[in-house]
Amino acid sequence: MGLFEIMNTVIKVENISKAYRLGEIGTGTLSHDLQRWWSKIRKKEDPFLKVGEVNDRTVKGTSNIIWSLRDITFEVKQGDAVGIVGRNGAGKSTLLKILSQITAPTKGIFKAHGRIASLLEVGTGFHPELTGRENIFLNGAILGMRKHEINRKFDEIVDFSGVERYIDTPVKRYSSGMYVRLAFAVAAYLESEILIIDEVLAVGDAEFQRKCLGKMADVTKGEGRTVLFVSHNMTAVSSLCKSGLYLKNGSMISNGNISSVVSAYLGDMEKIERQEWIGNKGNSDLKIFRTGVYPEDKINGFHTNTDIFIEIEGEALNPIIDLVMGFRLWSQYEYELAYVLHDDTQEEHIAFPAQKFKKVFKIPANTLAEGSYKISFDIGIHNREAIIEHNYCDLSFSLVNISGLGRKYLVGATKGFSSLIRTNWLVK
Amino acid sequence: MDNTAGTNYESTENYWNIVVKPVDTLFNLKFGQIWLYRDLFWLLVRRDFVSFYKQTVLGPLWFFLQPVFTILIYSYIFGSLAGISTDGVPRPLFYLAGITCWHYFAECLNKTSAVFVENAHVFGKVYFPRIIMPFSVVVSNLIKFFIYLTIMFIMIAWYVHKNEVKGVNIYALLLPVLLILIAMLGLGIGMIVSALTTKYRDLAFFVGFGVQLLMWASPVVYPLSAAPAKYKHLISFNPMTPLIETFRYGFLGSGSFSWLSLGVSAVNIIIISCIGLAFFNRAERTFIDTV
Repeated sequence: MGLFEIMNTVIKVENISKAYRLGEIGTGTLSHDLQRWWSKIRKKEDPFLKVGEVNDRTVKGTSNIIWSLRDITFEVKQGDAVGIVGRNGAGKSTLLKILSQITAPTKGIFKAHGRIASLLEVGTGFHPELTGRENIFLNGAILGMRKHEINRKFDEIVDFSGVERYIDTPVKRYSSGMYVRLAFAVAAYLESEILIIDEVLAVGDAEFQRKCLGKMADVTKGEGRTVLFVSHNMTAVSSLCKSGLYLKNGSMISNGNISSVVSAYLGDMEKIERQEWIGNKGNSDLKIFRTGVYPEDKINGFHTNTDIFIEIEGEALNPIIDLVMGFRLWSQYEYELAYVLHDDTQEEHIAFPAQKFKKVFKIPANTLAEGSYKISFDIGIHNREAIIEHNYCDLSFSLVNISGLGRKYLVGATKGFSSLIRTNWLVK
Repeated sequence: MDNTAGTNYESTENYWNIVVKPVDTLFNLKFGQIWLYRDLFWLLVRRDFVSFYKQTVLGPLWFFLQPVFTILIYSYIFGSLAGISTDGVPRPLFYLAGITCWHYFAECLNKTSAVFVENAHVFGKVYFPRIIMPFSVVVSNLIKFFIYLTIMFIMIAWYVHKNEVKGVNIYALLLPVLLILIAMLGLGIGMIVSALTTKYRDLAFFVGFGVQLLMWASPVVYPLSAAPAKYKHLISFNPMTPLIETFRYGFLGSGSFSWLSLGVSAVNIIIISCIGLAFFNRAERTFIDTV
């Protein structure tokens, strides 16, 4: 291994594509297989693999073959930490499955130098009847470790997982939290040269997630191992990875420096999210022309530490009694966070005067945590009619946390915590 | 190895220890990788064994009760009721010799044929040479085989003492060869079935039925000499037949032995296991997409 200083490309992916067959497998596949076999004998193109179709879930394709990945080519240097980002269904998991040799590509070649360990889901191969100790060995061996390696790391693994008391109890008696902690600990202490990680941070409590992030930082920065990391958590990706890869509908959109990859991804996300609606909708009493959501600092975009404004523009043609006009704010987990009306501060019933109007609501900086949000408008006459139909001019936006506020215990990564309001402590 | 990278280090023959292509060679056994995962192999064997008796009340005793019950039932049905000849060997011993071989074969086949479907959750998450799973099955089943064999030795000693059987002769030394051949046959057929069941799930239903059918086509409850003339040709073509006959010949001194039929059976088994390996290697690469 004297050549190691110059041998620095450890993963080389060349034109990898992967096709999946849609629909129910097992019906009619035998006849398809026979046709495929027949065309193969005659050296013809596979009749069921139509080239040129892009993986887009919203558009119905013409064939029932879908390309989950198309012509992916990239290289990874030794010691690099690569973040793979993209929407759900962009092909991230498929790419990781090919890299971890769980499934073979339909086209292309993938080469690697060194042992690859994948952490696509923690706890793989845990047997409920076996004890924690036995499972550490079995799981470690499944992930490619030798017995003496596990022996050497055993105490550290148990220590990290914090299940020392139950180490000789069958894992079927463990709580799900203990189970996950033990499983992550085994994987975190793997001695493979290349580590593949998919969304492990979605499990466990905030305290444990912090521990995992810390361990991953050690792995990438301290131990100099090569890491491929898939996550929807842009903060984690940005802080852990040096370079990135952005996948969209199975194709690679950008590859390079992590900050440029993340901003390309977020830029696309903003285009998908509707932040302004313009039109002319209503009845003979009230028209709505525009709804919008925007951050105070429009250049830097939606961050947790800027004020966010929500606007409604329209015209009342006649005075309206009992007008209800406002919005609901939803978190990405479909929790309703707020229901706000334009006249919440008024005490008595006054008719809404005939006028052109523009109502602006401010969500102060550091109120909402990192994540995606939806705004749905509620405009109508109290107990009588809806002037704007439900979901008509809805808006959405995503907040990124770059300030670091609320990061200590990862507000927002845990379901149900969608606010940073707890940071507003007064110093006295 | 595809080396289009140019003249630098990356084109060195052994630099890339993992190369994944859409089509791979079918008979690649990947011995190097299997060797790397040898600890996993032993842990799987241990897991199979431990988890088998951990859930039971009688524990390891089951391993003894199973053959004893089978012998009793066979002796009654095929011996007392049907009156099928056993070549002059006491019935319990004759049946035990048959099922010792047969159960090992059937277990290897059944467990191997379910390997993809049963381990889909593990195979879908992490890579290791899949073939380790069926190999570990073959070895963990050996434990059962040797328990049967122990019971058989006790019975042989008893019957030799009563002067009812001739006892073990030099051909019993063929036991390792017989064991390997039985394991290979079970593994070979099992691998073919396992590969096909990843796509055509109905095949799994035929396996249980097929194994039973195959048992009647093997000299388990009857000696080859007592087989009806009409089917004798078919039965001696069955690769299991010479194996069971040789086994009985070596340990009980009954039945027939010929190097020729054993050789033919061995060649057939090697062909079957090569086909099995090819099927298995093909299936392991993409089965997770279809299972």
